[in-house]
Amino acid sequence: MSGNIRYLFAAYAVTWIIHITYLWTIVRRYARLKREIGEWKKPDVRS
Amino acid sequence: MKKAFPILGVLTAILLSYALYAALAIAPTERTMGNVQRIFYYHVPSAWTAFILFFINFGASIFYLIKRNPASDIVALVSAEVGVVFCTVVLVTGPIWARPVWGIWWTWDMRLTSTLVLWLIYVSYLFLRRFSSSGETPLLAASLAVLGALCVPFVYFSIWFFRTQHPQPVMGGGGSIDPRMLHVLLINWLAFSCFAFLVCWSRYRLEKLQREVDHAHALQSLLAPPGSVR
Repeated sequence: MSGNIRYLFAAYAVTWIIHITYLWTIVRRYARLKREIGEWKKPDVRS
Repeated sequence: MKKAFPILGVLTAILLSYALYAALAIAPTERTMGNVQRIFYYHVPSAWTAFILFFINFGASIFYLIKRNPASDIVALVSAEVGVVFCTVVLVTGPIWARPVWGIWWTWDMRLTSTLVLWLIYVSYLFLRRFSSSGETPLLAASLAVLGALCVPFVYFSIWFFRTQHPQPVMGGGGSIDPRMLHVLLINWLAFSCFAFLVCWSRYRLEKLQREVDHAHALQSLLAPPGSVR
C-alpha cells in the first residue's frame, strides 16, 4: 500500500485542477464583461 | 463589502493551506489502506459541500417559485454551478481512491450510481439554463431543481438503506473514527466551505453584472432609432 502515494497525489492534483479551471472560467467571463462595459462607455466618435 | 472579499480570500487561502498540511502531516496513517486513505480528507468534505450547495439551490428555487425574486434565481444558479464543481471532485476522487483499495475504478453500487445520477440532474439543470431561450427558463429550472433536490437525501442515506460497497458513514451511522482524523476532516470541510462561499460570491457578482449588461443591451435596442443598433 505504500506505493499508492501516486493515487493520493493524483486525487489532490485533480481536485485543484478542477477548482482552478472553474475559477479561470469565472475570471475570463468577468474580464470579457468588463471589456464590453468599457467599450460601451467609450464616447461614440460618429455622433 | 469590497474590502471583506480580499480579507476573506487571504484567510481562506491560509485555511486551505493548513487543511492540506493537516491532511498530509497531522492525520495519522490508516493501518490497512496507508496513505491513499488521505484522499478521504478531500473526497468527504467535497461531498458535504456539494450537498449543502444543492440544498441552497433547493431553498432559493422554492423562494423563486413563490416570490419570483430575481436575486433568489441568481443564488439558485450559482449554488447549482458551484455544487456541480464539488460533485465532480467527488466523482473523480472516489474512483482514484477505489482503484488501489477495491482493485476497480468503478462499480454500479447504489451510492456511486445515485451520486452520478445527482450530478447528471444538476448538469442538465445548468444545460437548461444555458441553452433555453424561453422567458420561462428560471421557472422551469426552479421546478427541475426542486425535483433534483429530492435525490440528495437518497444519495446520502443510500448507504444506510442498501448493501453497498461504499464505506459506511463516519458520523452518525454507527461507524467510528480516530479523533485526530475527525479533527482533520472537519478542518478540511471548514476550509472547502469557506472556499465554496467565496467562489459563490464571485459568481453571484458576475451573474448580476451580466444581467445588468443584458438589460442595458435590451434597453439600447428598444430606444435606438431603427438601423442604428450595432
